[in-house]
Amino acid sequence: MSKLLVKERDVVVPGEDIVEGMDYLPSKGTYREGDKIVASQLGLVRIDGKVIKVIPLSGKYAPKRGDTVIGKVIDVLMSGWRIDIDSAYSAMLGLKEATSSFIARGADLTKYYDIGEYIAVNITNVTSQKLIDVSMRGPGLRKLEGGCFIEVNTSKVPRIIGKQGSMISMIKQATDCRVIVGQNGIVWISGTPEMEAIAIDVIKKIAKEAHIPGLTDTIQTYLDKKVPKKKIVEPKAEEQEKKPEVKDTEEKKETPSKEEKK
Amino acid sequence: MEQENKDHLVKALDVDVRFDGRKKLQYRDITVESGVYKNAEGSAKVTIGGTEVLAGVKMEVREPYPDSPDEGTIMVGAELIPLSNPEFELGRPSIQAIELARVVDRGIRESGMIDFKKLCIKEGEKVWVVSIDIIPMNDEGNLFDASALAALVAVKNAVFPKLDGDKIDYSEKTKNKLPLNKEPISVTVLKIGKHFIVDPTITEEAKIDARLMVSFGEDETIHAMQKGGETPLTADDLKEMVKIAKTKSKELRKFV
Amino acid sequence: MNYKKRLDGRKFDELRPIEAKAGVIARADGSGYFKIGNTIAYAAVYGPRELYPRFMQNPEKGIIRVNYNMLPFSSKGNRVRPGGSRRSQEISMVTEKALLPVLDLSEFPNSVIDIFIELPQTDAGTRCAGICAASIALADAGITMKDMVSSISVGRVDDQVVVDLNYDEEAYDAPVADVPLAFLNKSKEISLLQMDGDITEEQLFKAVEMGKKACEKISKIQREALKNKYK
Repeated sequence: MSKLLVKERDVVVPGEDIVEGMDYLPSKGTYREGDKIVASQLGLVRIDGKVIKVIPLSGKYAPKRGDTVIGKVIDVLMSGWRIDIDSAYSAMLGLKEATSSFIARGADLTKYYDIGEYIAVNITNVTSQKLIDVSMRGPGLRKLEGGCFIEVNTSKVPRIIGKQGSMISMIKQATDCRVIVGQNGIVWISGTPEMEAIAIDVIKKIAKEAHIPGLTDTIQTYLDKKVPKKKIVEPKAEEQEKKPEVKDTEEKKETPSKEEKK
Repeated sequence: MEQENKDHLVKALDVDVRFDGRKKLQYRDITVESGVYKNAEGSAKVTIGGTEVLAGVKMEVREPYPDSPDEGTIMVGAELIPLSNPEFELGRPSIQAIELARVVDRGIRESGMIDFKKLCIKEGEKVWVVSIDIIPMNDEGNLFDASALAALVAVKNAVFPKLDGDKIDYSEKTKNKLPLNKEPISVTVLKIGKHFIVDPTITEEAKIDARLMVSFGEDETIHAMQKGGETPLTADDLKEMVKIAKTKSKELRKFV
Repeated sequence: MNYKKRLDGRKFDELRPIEAKAGVIARADGSGYFKIGNTIAYAAVYGPRELYPRFMQNPEKGIIRVNYNMLPFSSKGNRVRPGGSRRSQEISMVTEKALLPVLDLSEFPNSVIDIFIELPQTDAGTRCAGICAASIALADAGITMKDMVSSISVGRVDDQVVVDLNYDEEAYDAPVADVPLAFLNKSKEISLLQMDGDITEEQLFKAVEMGKKACEKISKIQREALKNKYK
């Protein structure tokens, strides 16, 4: 008979025994040693039927194919752009993947994306040697102009987005900011300066208290205090909540921000 | 860490809003602790928001310089250790570290804060050398003001070790404090676009046009200055920045 | 001559008071603080991050780099000149070797994990305190590691085998031996062992046993430090 030595959502540290006995299976963040399952990462224990996982509370972003991330252009090469995605490795954006329009050989690539600019990209490939390819072909993938960026730990991203995007739409609604959350923990926020500052503050608070239960209520109360009651309740709210994780709602906003006009 | 481009920053400053919700001339929360490390003859820890700086004083006995046989001396060092900022590197002190140390040094030296004659033990033979070392432990911007404040508090806190003939007995501290004349406070004012701000974050530091550090004594005398940044200042800029620095130096003085 | 009572009144197997914290340096990917008696160590972990120059890269797995440094005002004696010494280079190297066995770096080819250890105040046992802080920092940084590492110095002062020698004991006017040790917490394997002074075989093995027990206590404190960050 196997014995669980910790409870669901307990914090475990590397080397800590989680299960004694052979009835459970070790998954991410754990390993088997003898008849025990042991944590190999600092994190929260997740017991999924018979599968034991540790959900990390920290650590660098590990690039995964299919993830939408926000990156910064750090180099312009002959064949494309090198993108810092706040991971251990930078990513490569090839010419063909950069835009839907044709880029002639030898064209000035900085006209498209220049060093220091931020773009929302999709990870298309990660090799065993950690060469990472990204693409901008896809809905919502584009250059992010105006606004500002904050970095939070990638492990906090699910909390910032919330169940079915509930947390993020709460922030968007209260502050009228446009927000994009990359899976790598980079968040783009664009609105009025006052509201951006509030959105940043709230997102930092979520990141700080991500492991504490009842976060949604705490944040709602916090937002209510920070943002004076809005005159009109936007009917868009429900529609937004159904949206999947990382999607831009820019198209839905009536008023494009000034920085966007070019 | 936050990022934003300069246009965006300036636009927000137009309505007196900064990233962390502060106003242009508002410091982050400041804490000051003195006597934090007991092997130092004096020490201090200063935090300004997330920025944390340590300063420690060690005293040694040496022969005086031939041109000033009755004067001791001070040395200010700063190490931008890579523990405190991912951009800092190991190896020889960077020009940033050297500038930081020299600016703090000038604030102390030129104000006459320490009377070097009182550091003389025996004329022509033995004088005290006071070393002040500044170490950032977490750099989230404005190392200048945090360092100057930490150095001042550490020096104020310092006592002489026991002198046993020619040898220093570091295990025994005397009650004798370093004789101080002045207590200079440094404030750095930054110019971004047409705006002036104080206490910059790392992001803001990367976007500034010009920087001016001004060191004020209690009597509002200016003791040291340093202009930084790539953009020149007008005489009006200078007036405005000195005025801001003076006001803010009074605020910072409360923490000493 | 007999060493009947320790200079600071501790029992022979008693550690000095310990305080540990995780997440003390906001800009680092992970960090740790470890205070034992009057010795204080901070450790910060940055990475895994891209490693340059390229010839240092290992395509099989990531590497770690450790830098141990005493701050200028940390010593009981004269100011410590900045810029590192042969001593600090050697300690950096043995610290790296003490931590490596628990790390799984296979997921991070060509990258580096930098560990910076800084000591603002020292009273013997600095490399051990540094290793304890670094182990906390690595876990805090979310690095995959099969175990944590704890470290303590043991030894003999005159005819007594003791744990956690302080500065005065190291300088005691009698035969003294100082043996810094590090143990992997689960397997109890030894990943750091140095020694200087003079010691008999019998005393050494007794000292190692005492060190193992002491590290069990230290290990608990390190784990608590990490968990307290999320309380």
